[in-house]
Amino acid sequence: MTATRFATIPRAGLFTEAHDEMRAGVRRFVDRAIRPHVEEWETAGDFPARELFRQAGQMGLFGAKYEEVYGGTGPDLVADAIITEELARCGSGGVAAALGAHKDLGPYYIYRFGTEQQRQRWLVAAVAGESIGALAVTEPGTGSDVGAIRTRAVHVGEGWRISGSKAFITNGPVADFIVVAAKTDPEAGRTGISLFVVEAGAPGLAVRRMETVGWRTSHTGELVLEDCYVPHEALLGQENKGFPQLMECFQWERIVMALGAVAAARQTLDLAVAYGRQRQAFGRPVAAFQTWRHRFAELATQIEAAQSLTYHALRKTVAGEGAVREVSMAKWYATELDWRVADEALQIHGGYGYMMEFPVQRAWRDSRLGPIGGGTTEIMKEIIGRSYDL
Amino acid sequence: MLHPLFTPEHEEFRVTVRAVVESEVAPHALDWEREAHFPDWVFKRLGDLGLLGLRYPAEYGGQGGDWGHAIVLAEEMARCGSAGVGMAVAVQSEMATPPILKFGTEEQKQRYLVPAIRGEKIACLGISEPDAGSDVAGISTTAKREGDGYRINGRKTFITNGARAHFCLLVTRTDRNAGYEGFSLFLVDTDLPGFSVSRELNKLGMRSSDTAELALDDVLVPSSALLGEDGRGFVEIMWELQGERLIGAAGSVAGAWLVFDRTLRYAKERTAFGSSIGTFQVNRHKFATMATELEAARQLLYDTALAWERGEYPVKEISMVKLYAGEVVNRVVNECLQLFGGYGYATETGIERAWRDSRLLRIGGGTDEIMREVISKAMGL
Repeated sequence: MTATRFATIPRAGLFTEAHDEMRAGVRRFVDRAIRPHVEEWETAGDFPARELFRQAGQMGLFGAKYEEVYGGTGPDLVADAIITEELARCGSGGVAAALGAHKDLGPYYIYRFGTEQQRQRWLVAAVAGESIGALAVTEPGTGSDVGAIRTRAVHVGEGWRISGSKAFITNGPVADFIVVAAKTDPEAGRTGISLFVVEAGAPGLAVRRMETVGWRTSHTGELVLEDCYVPHEALLGQENKGFPQLMECFQWERIVMALGAVAAARQTLDLAVAYGRQRQAFGRPVAAFQTWRHRFAELATQIEAAQSLTYHALRKTVAGEGAVREVSMAKWYATELDWRVADEALQIHGGYGYMMEFPVQRAWRDSRLGPIGGGTTEIMKEIIGRSYDL
Repeated sequence: MLHPLFTPEHEEFRVTVRAVVESEVAPHALDWEREAHFPDWVFKRLGDLGLLGLRYPAEYGGQGGDWGHAIVLAEEMARCGSAGVGMAVAVQSEMATPPILKFGTEEQKQRYLVPAIRGEKIACLGISEPDAGSDVAGISTTAKREGDGYRINGRKTFITNGARAHFCLLVTRTDRNAGYEGFSLFLVDTDLPGFSVSRELNKLGMRSSDTAELALDDVLVPSSALLGEDGRGFVEIMWELQGERLIGAAGSVAGAWLVFDRTLRYAKERTAFGSSIGTFQVNRHKFATMATELEAARQLLYDTALAWERGEYPVKEISMVKLYAGEVVNRVVNECLQLFGGYGYATETGIERAWRDSRLLRIGGGTDEIMREVISKAMGL
């Protein structure tokens, strides 16, 4: 469904035939390696992360943004966007999130801000799917307000001691390395943040898995760092430049969230339409009632609008133009829509929509994270409003 | 960067059109709104400038352009400050005349298309009837074969340009028993005996354009008045409606952006409780929401127009553009009226005019409800 009739439109600015072939390959992988296992994994609240990351790495799903020298197939942001869209169709928001967080968060920061040595050490294995990466910014006491983080990194001898806690960290409990944001100048607010790479097993690092309403297969973690020592080479990029670095990478995180939300919304709408067609009430399929036909039309329309808006943001980004406003628009609009679609999809399922044996409840739970993660809808609207000098 | 629908040449064209609209049309807009009429010279002037034939081939006096140009014109016409003028121009250039190029004979093109492109003959399009709007197949205007021609009887209503048109592209039934295969299009001169303007309609918005109810009583037309194939009229008019919906949405979305810009300026200047009202978080988020939805509408329009330009027939997506634009534009303009407060309700700011004008998009060219019908049918529902 992702390659809709619209495929011919954005191709003018984005997709080539090689991209279409690549998309078909990713789709086959998702259909073979993920979809058949989703129910089992969701029930278990877990999935064989090591094994799946390795397979995805071999498929090249983590390397579209990087040059061959790091094991990548790029750099090609459009290809990376396609991978996101196809992963979003896997049927489990948690699996898509785990693979996506690795693709777009921790390792991506190492590529963007790391030295050649850091890239060789952490990025190459990550691209191959041999290691798992994560990003830790949010804290128990601060989410949207990134400048207010309290985790502290103090210079000691040849390295740093980091103390603080981090919350809601996707892949945190299974990660081999985590990019951690910490204050190196506690007086300075936004201008006192730096990024560090903390490896699993570092002394003073403790990780606890958090239970979540959706994304239940993925491992969401709380990290506690107590005088956690990292060597000097763990500093990623320039000291005190962490905030602008985060803001830069947040753009890609938000674009892929929008892309994933549109693809997931299509999938959920298909699910709802299929159910509505076969479920009978008052002598005809529920989907044949005019009120449902019009609701489906409305949702499908908004999905196409979200698609166009998201591709607009992507097109600008790929062209190297600043697109903070457009990316923020796409992020909130697409993720809110995904959840609205899931809520309507749940509604047409009636009582079955409320039962765990039907997949629609998962779409409903999983999609709820969209308007929260990666910058809330409220923060997106702040950014957009401020872009108009308000 | 430009959307792939446009090239830098389109943007140069935009600058030219904007200058014309701002210097020659906009200064009169308020008068025309008050008079509920704009003069015929507008057609002639735009025709002289080549703006009524943007997508038509040079051999008929057109500019040989594409849908990118048509959309630029619709967007820039919105700047004239009177949406009714833009609508009348769109009827002339993108609704009543494209079927002549597509289905017409050489003689019909010479007789109607060429002068319409010049702005010398004003065109109208007759689809709706007093008793049949959304249900196009329910129209009852009939054209009966008689001798070498046809005898036409019926009523048409809500006809833009109807009171002053020189010819009408008319949808009729030629065979009552043939279902959807029983419709035919005609090009009818409005000065023929039996053709009359039964009344002019007073409207809530779009007041500068004229809207008429037409009566056809035993109007005799020759066979050469038949446009396209006898019996193919329904399919032909459905094709026409696709371009109509795109161009209608383009003008309305552009108009809403202008209202958004004005309201943004106002919200920065206007203070209350010690700060400009735009900086209240609730209002800042309102602007963010409006801008997001308007941008989504615009991008969906551009993507779809590009598909249409490239020869696809994306009926579902065009209906989506029309539906989405109608909803968003109305929501946005209503919110802007709210932000303007009392000044929004006062005639002098023109915000209430945009509010009234934009309401039509959810009715004309196919209602929201019909759009949802078309979309859900295309989804197999």
